[in-house]
Amino acid sequence: MAEKLQLQEVEVWDGNMAFAQAMRQAQIDVVAAYPITPSTPTVHGYAQFLADGYIDGEFVLVESEHAAMSGCVGAAAAGGRVATATSSQGFALMIEVLYQASGMRLPIVLGLVNRALASPLNVNGDHSDMYLGRDAGWIMIDAFNAQEAYDLMLMGFKIGEDLSVRLPVMVNQDGFITSHTAQNVKPFSDEDAYNFIGEYKEVNPMLDFCKPVTYGAQTEEDWHFEFKARQQKALMDSLGVIKDTFAQFEKLSGRSYNPVESYMMEDAKVAIVALGSTVESAIQAAKNLREEEGIKAGVVALRVIRPFPLLEVKEALKDVKAVATLDRSAPGGTLGMLFNEISAALYQNDNRPIINNYIYGLGGRDMTQENLKEIFRDIKRNADEGRLVTPLQQFSGLRGPKLSFFN
Amino acid sequence: MLEIRWHSRAGQGAVTGAKGLGDVVANTGKEVQAFAFYGSAKRGAAMTAYNRIDDRPIINHEKFMVPDYVLVIDPALVFSADITANEKEDTKYIITTHLSKEELIKLVPKLNGKSVYVVDCMKISMDTIGRAIPNTPMLGALMRVSGMFDIEYFKNAMLKVLSKFPQKIIDANMTAITRAYNEVK
Repeated sequence: MAEKLQLQEVEVWDGNMAFAQAMRQAQIDVVAAYPITPSTPTVHGYAQFLADGYIDGEFVLVESEHAAMSGCVGAAAAGGRVATATSSQGFALMIEVLYQASGMRLPIVLGLVNRALASPLNVNGDHSDMYLGRDAGWIMIDAFNAQEAYDLMLMGFKIGEDLSVRLPVMVNQDGFITSHTAQNVKPFSDEDAYNFIGEYKEVNPMLDFCKPVTYGAQTEEDWHFEFKARQQKALMDSLGVIKDTFAQFEKLSGRSYNPVESYMMEDAKVAIVALGSTVESAIQAAKNLREEEGIKAGVVALRVIRPFPLLEVKEALKDVKAVATLDRSAPGGTLGMLFNEISAALYQNDNRPIINNYIYGLGGRDMTQENLKEIFRDIKRNADEGRLVTPLQQFSGLRGPKLSFFN
Repeated sequence: MLEIRWHSRAGQGAVTGAKGLGDVVANTGKEVQAFAFYGSAKRGAAMTAYNRIDDRPIINHEKFMVPDYVLVIDPALVFSADITANEKEDTKYIITTHLSKEELIKLVPKLNGKSVYVVDCMKISMDTIGRAIPNTPMLGALMRVSGMFDIEYFKNAMLKVLSKFPQKIIDANMTAITRAYNEVK
């Protein structure tokens, strides 16, 4: 029987330690992993807890990330609580198996510590890997700091394993900026954390030999479409369970989570939409601009990326005059994901704000307060003029001549 | 908001020092951030680590910083690293060196007229811990210069941070902190 770990009311943890501690408290049956920067300390921390007697489950070090996710699929189908962590190239190598996991409706939890994709080789944080996983049929949630990484990792198990969901869950945090930055984190006791998640509920476990089942059967045009439609329905409906889980979590912790987070939006005229640690930095910039320059700035962020909370996005941005969508991933020949998806949601509103797109922070390039203020000032001009006076897509924080597209 | 930048070589314990300071500060009810610039750092490569300390939750995640304190824990970095980057008028420098303050400023003219303190964390850590790990003595010097915490309170808090180490190492660190506190000029 695993020993309990005595935690302080306030710990100073980085995002990786937050992931590792939440995974320990979840009493996972199987972790199969192949460490990669910057998520290595999540796996390292978990292995250390196991070696020190704080974990009962199995820990399998495999030969690649493809094998790691394959091991997770096998263990989850066998009937256990399963998780792993990865980043960047490792995530890219998992991609094939990610679709298997969601198609087989296996509630695996993946801690994804976001990092750039090569080439050029880069170990630092951007959202290239997160964006690569967008169509894989996973629930995707995003932490903006270490506390949230801990909270959302715990909630990930509860959401994915819910009997009406049974889908894999990806919990994202920013590489280095969150994963390697130590901040104040308030953890639960081991008991409170485990009781919140609850016992794992088996559904069609392969190890139940009295009731043999098949996972990943072949379906051609006769059933594939219906199967995928059911999978989409489950993913769309999971938003209700996610909201319920957020509500239960708030009762326990006092910390509030929403599918779409809004900051200072009550009277905001201009808003930044972002993901990851940039959300918090943008809140700081908005606060300062309100005091220093009287710009009514606000911030909107996707806590839940998949299922896309379209109605909540519409509501959050219904009164603003101009919106900047900030994408931390090279868009590969088009506008950024946030621009496309936020625009699609806002097109349904009667009042449509002026909306533009910024690509920033690739490969860990610092997103400074000054960059963020510049973006707010930019879109204030759009709001004042009532039309797009900035380019549709710009690069923020890029050295050399200004780069923009769709001018 | 108090902001600190550490100049170190990978392996000298700047990250551990920054996190250790974070642990102590968090115990007093304040909010902290401790982070570093890594890249693909190799042992011995010049690097920087950072602390932010505030009464309110710290939500700014930019790496850019205008430091209140610059802590240089490797004696050669004062010559090769840009230790005065983004300084302000009252930035305080605590520098590991075997030189006197006057000798150091003569060799590093950009420190002329700045608020400079010197302490030989290398010698102290070699004498006490037996290895060149100048991070904990630097924290002792910082306590003296900043007056952040009473030194006895700080040492007590550091006992908890160091609790995973053998008693011999803990004792050596306590001596190193005290010596640096007393010797910083």
